[in-house]
Parts: sequence; C-alpha cells; structure tokens
Amino acid sequence: MRKYEVIFIVRPDLADEEIEKLIAHMETFATEAGGKIEKVEKLGRRRLAYRVERQREGFYVLFILEGSGDTVKELERRLKVTDTVIKFMTVRVDEELKRAAKMKVIREKRAARRPAPKPAAPPVVPIAPVEPVPPAEGAAQS
Amino acid sequence: MPPPRRTYKPEGRSGSRPGGSRPSSGARPSGPSGAPGGRKQYFRRRKVCKFCEEKIDFIDYKEVRLIGQFVSERGKILPRRLTGTCSPHQRSVALAIKRARNIALLSFAAKV
Repeated sequence: MRKYEVIFIVRPDLADEEIEKLIAHMETFATEAGGKIEKVEKLGRRRLAYRVERQREGFYVLFILEGSGDTVKELERRLKVTDTVIKFMTVRVDEELKRAAKMKVIREKRAARRPAPKPAAPPVVPIAPVEPVPPAEGAAQS
Repeated sequence: MPPPRRTYKPEGRSGSRPGGSRPSSGARPSGPSGAPGGRKQYFRRRKVCKFCEEKIDFIDYKEVRLIGQFVSERGKILPRRLTGTCSPHQRSVALAIKRARNIALLSFAAKV
C-alpha cells in the first residue's frame, strides 16, 4: 500500500453543495477501487497562476489516500471524465515522508549528543574585547 | 547539524553582477583591515540554507508562500548561489516548484 496525495481543481462557478456532492462521489470511487481515504481537505477558492480552461480561479480539493496504483488509476480516470474538474495531480508521498521522518530521527540523535561537546565551545568567546567594557563603564558612572 | 557558521566570505567576483545587492546584508568591513592584493575586499554574511536553519525536512508544493521565495519575478527557479540553499534542499525546492507549477499554484512564466 502506498500513500498518495491527489489534488484537483473544481470549476469555481459550481455551487457549494455541488462541490460537496462531487467530493463525496470521488471518495466513493476511491474506496470502491480499493483505496482508503485518510483525509479530505478543501483548500478553498484560489486564484490560478495561469488560465486553465478559461478559468482564472479554482476550488482546490486535496485527498490523502492509501492504496495501490490501480486505485489511483481509476480515480484519475474518473477525474478526467468529470467536466467540472479542470485540473488534477497525483503525488506519491510515502517515500518522501519516510525520508523526512528519518531526517528528524537523525537530527534528534545529534541534538541528544550535542550537549556534551558544548562546554568545550565557550572558550572561544573571551577573545572578543567586548566583555571587559561594561564593568569599566559601570565603574565610571559610579 | 553543525552550528550556523559565522564565517565571512569574500565576494570576489560579484562586483559586476547586477544583483549584487541581493538578500544578504550589505557589505561590511570587518576583521583586521588589509586587502593583500590592493584589491578592494567586501565581506558579506555567509548565506545559510533556510531549510537547514528552520529544520524543514519536507518541502511541500502546497506552501506557495514558502516556495514563492525561491522563484524570480519571472517565475524562474532561483539558483543556489543567490539563495544560499544547500544542494539537497535545492533539489527538493526545485521539485516542489515544478509540482506547484503543474497544479497552477505557481506560474510557468510570468509576464513582466
């Protein structure tokens, strides 16, 4: 099972309830094709960076789902034949998330190891002539 | 991760570049004076990778505000030498920008 992000843009002139209906349809298509929807996010109406099917705006919807390649294939086919969907894209995210998690673990390990060498570092600071100055000023004032 | 180094990098060949006054702080004369070759030397703060600094592992194509910083006015991907991004992160930024372009979050080419 792989994890995918499917993002699609719905025409902005559609009514809210129609968008809801469309999303519900897509969800059932995905689950029928053996997928498991983890999250449905409505990113909302946004300006498009360029015109798509003569639209300057679009309603973005994001699905995060788990499934096989066939699930995505079927869902993409459905999106393609739906006229109200003007653009869609699927990104496989499981490997990237895994790598990100690994990086996080590595960083935490390093952070845990870091504190030991730290005490050795400060000796570098006294070279700066700044530190002796404030007491001198304080003495002059008093 | 190594601590952010505060070394100063002489900008030797940047004199002729029009974008010489890019994000990095202005030139500041620091350290013991003395340009050995007689050539003027400017010291500039070393650019550090934004993603390393902020500990961002996964660069999402949906965060337009973040990615938009790495795109020029015309919509081109900015090179590493201007942004200071480290090479692994530059690769993932480039990928995120390309994805964002595909789904109309960023433009392929912007009119000027």
